[in-house]
Amino acid sequence: MSQPSVLVIGGGLAGLAATMRLAELGVHVDLVSLVPVKRSHSVCAQGGINSVNALTRQQGDNEWKHLDDTVYGGDFLQHQPPVKEMTDWGPRVIDLMDRLGVPFNRTSEGFRDQRRFGGTLYKRTAFAGATTGQQLLYALDEQVRRREVEGLVKKWEFWDFLAPVLDESGRCRGAVCQDLVTMQFRSFPADAVVLATGGNGLIYGRSTMSMVCTGSAVSRAYQAGAWYGNGEFIQVHPTAIPGTDKLRLMSESARGEGGRVWVPRIPQDPRDPRSIPEADRYYFLEERYPKYGNLVPRDIATREIFDICTNEGLSVEKDRLSVYLDLTHIPRETLDRKLGGILEIYEKFQGVDPRDTPMKIFPAVHYSMGGLWVDYEKSATGGLVEGSLRNQQTNLPGLYAIGECDYQYHGANRLGANSLLSCIFSGLFVAPTLVNVCGRRVGDDTSRLFEAEVRRQEERHRELLSRTSGDENPYALHQELGNLMTRVATVVRRNDQLAPAYDDVCRMAERWKRCAVSDTGSWTNQNVVFTKALGDMFPIAKLILKGALLRDECRGAHFKPAFAMPGLVATEPEARRREAEQWCDAFAANTNKWLKSTIASCGPSGDPVISYQDVDTSLIPPRPRLYGLVGGDAIEEVWKERAAKAVGGKQAVGAGA
Amino acid sequence: MIKASETVVDADAAHGGHGDGNATRTVRVRVLRQDVAGGESYWERHEVAYEPNMNVISVLQKIAASAKSQDGRRVAPVAWDCCCLEEVCGSCTMLINGRTRMACSSLVDRLMAEDGEEIELRPMSKFPVVRDLVVDRKRLFGGLEKVKAWVPVEGSYDLGPGPRISPEEQEDAYPLSTCMSCGCCVEACPQYTKVEVVRRDDETEAEFEKRRKAAFNAGFVGPHAVSQAMLFNAHPTGRMIADERMEALTRQGGIQMCGNAQNCVAVCPKSIPLTRSIARAGRAATVWAIKKLFDR
Repeated sequence: MSQPSVLVIGGGLAGLAATMRLAELGVHVDLVSLVPVKRSHSVCAQGGINSVNALTRQQGDNEWKHLDDTVYGGDFLQHQPPVKEMTDWGPRVIDLMDRLGVPFNRTSEGFRDQRRFGGTLYKRTAFAGATTGQQLLYALDEQVRRREVEGLVKKWEFWDFLAPVLDESGRCRGAVCQDLVTMQFRSFPADAVVLATGGNGLIYGRSTMSMVCTGSAVSRAYQAGAWYGNGEFIQVHPTAIPGTDKLRLMSESARGEGGRVWVPRIPQDPRDPRSIPEADRYYFLEERYPKYGNLVPRDIATREIFDICTNEGLSVEKDRLSVYLDLTHIPRETLDRKLGGILEIYEKFQGVDPRDTPMKIFPAVHYSMGGLWVDYEKSATGGLVEGSLRNQQTNLPGLYAIGECDYQYHGANRLGANSLLSCIFSGLFVAPTLVNVCGRRVGDDTSRLFEAEVRRQEERHRELLSRTSGDENPYALHQELGNLMTRVATVVRRNDQLAPAYDDVCRMAERWKRCAVSDTGSWTNQNVVFTKALGDMFPIAKLILKGALLRDECRGAHFKPAFAMPGLVATEPEARRREAEQWCDAFAANTNKWLKSTIASCGPSGDPVISYQDVDTSLIPPRPRLYGLVGGDAIEEVWKERAAKAVGGKQAVGAGA
Repeated sequence: MIKASETVVDADAAHGGHGDGNATRTVRVRVLRQDVAGGESYWERHEVAYEPNMNVISVLQKIAASAKSQDGRRVAPVAWDCCCLEEVCGSCTMLINGRTRMACSSLVDRLMAEDGEEIELRPMSKFPVVRDLVVDRKRLFGGLEKVKAWVPVEGSYDLGPGPRISPEEQEDAYPLSTCMSCGCCVEACPQYTKVEVVRRDDETEAEFEKRRKAAFNAGFVGPHAVSQAMLFNAHPTGRMIADERMEALTRQGGIQMCGNAQNCVAVCPKSIPLTRSIARAGRAATVWAIKKLFDR
């Protein structure tokens, strides 16, 4: 390792953005990916990417409002300085992607067109058809290919990250990876290692995520000592197409372009949906949330769809849960132009044309808000200090995390079209930090450390290959884990389910040790690679369940009905006012207790040790999320009075009381 | 407004799992297997339980889970590539009943209705087999390198927005930009022939890469790369190196090798107008040749 060198694990938007910028800054990058980087899961992102733009600015929008929407939508669980930096960078990120040739949709004048997404009242979302993630990824892939030709980037595609290599001081000095074709192990010494390995949807069996989203890389870092933040916050996307191998995403842009969610008022109305008159249709999102309508934040849309099917019994089908997502009132030509890609997916996989017939959809696990804990250095203006060694660094010095696999940007719930921004932003922003890390390289010889880690990995691999007589099937065990996690740790969470589920997962982790591999070969052995990844799902599943069990409140995607704060019931003004006061007291007390990041560190046998850290809410004081709550106006009035008083007292914190 | 839910939802019921009503029905599959690169290939039969709405991926998942052939022998699971399962990543290309297509969007019901009860799976024939249905498609990406399929920006510093582009230009470019490098077009192309370079014992990795690249470059670059060249030659910034792309397209392995069979456009899962790109490239090549003649 003569020249400065960074090892990037994962070639989705975040990994490619970091690689592109690092190469541009003259740093050599080894880019490791399970699949050719052009096939990374980022291609599945459909709807778009958010930033303030010239149009919204004139309607009163600015970066601060984008920050506000993001932290409000995230129920204030994210540290605000990194979010501020991200939303400040938004316009620059979009401009850059535009220059790289992303075919964003255009207005008749040739400017970028924008659409509206959930959780905001502004049209902030730039989009390229209905395959925005794919288009952004390709633009970065092309730039990285260009750098590869120049010799600054070396790709290691079809390689699996197995473990970070730490020295005696706990500093990350590189990693050991495995070639998925030849099954050989290799040491990757580096000045810094960056994980950009995405989410962990496969812990839930079927989700909207790609088959590579096992979370194994993050789990391996976690088991090596990295902290994991806010694991219990898993976004369940309101609209997915049910399927036996995967739950395919139906983008929020379908609603952004005017799609309406409804169910027949008569349970399982047998009529053709197109022939059901307006009066017999229940547009429940529009009726319950007149301000945001079909574009309420994702966690709310998901719970409402879940509620209408399970509690109200209004699922459109009897043996399967689903609601209608209806686009049939929009002209075909508009649909083809703006949503062509996603409508084709529905048509291809369901055999029904959604331009003619309302789609049947149901929520599915979609995004991991939680992820590796990362640090940042706050600037004087409330954003971040560019180039600080702390930005995006895990608690293991020299090990960094960016993109979906960090916990930093989305709090308790991610807003639609913010993930593409956070991925590209964190990738670009971490580059100067890594350049500075390279500038302070540690010189001593690490070959012994690497040899030891390679031996350990070879040993683990050999042990797995020798298990031919076990009585557990890894694929069946995975399905069991997925079904359990989907049942207890998605939309509605209850302690009397989470506690036994935790024990079940502990037992499954033990059973995993008896998994038989059916392929003992040493060439492209997908069987053993999967079994290994499955084993690494359990520590993460445990921290999700433990975090959810301990968090006795409702926040964003984490909904525990036993701890929900109901709306107001009194109608008489004075009583209502009193109730609103009490509601605000309760909210402030809850904020005091629970507005904290959940931090998991990996204990013996993969059991999490949970602690809590305060959240930096220094820019925007927390306030109640009142989307659609009965009596919300009265509560808001009381809250605003208190906030004004608090500001008067120089203390603009919501958790006073 | 949301009430405390007392309902426990079964994960299967929520997500389209179906009961055992179809337990007796099965799907029969014939797979052309190969254990290692350069090894012998052989056929193997499998049988899995039928489920409504299943695709070839779910068939392969079931084969992996059972790891038994039709006659009950314990066999290593069939290896195959897949990733997104929604036909946007380009991973799972294979020959299904003799046609090149994506395994994820190949629905079993349709295959059985069109081609009969047994489904035949083979690896793509234009790329070296790694194992079973997994092939090495590095050459596809090499084609993109060759035609410089990128916008030559100075760097990623903030220099304002990109060029203004009319909706018509965007609508022209967007379909070309959805190419996911799946390789269907080259599999179907009679001019794109298999190039398999095996590393020699006395060769370093770098030497091998160099020799392999030269072998790839001698063959036809492929419809996908021609189309990408046209995509970037149409972009206001991309066209600033249009000449370099035309140079690449008119060298060995370039556009002149296209025999106009038009198979590419017929098999493209994204319906990308590949023949339109090829026609444009052909015209541009003629103009380029004349220009070069006069520039001498």
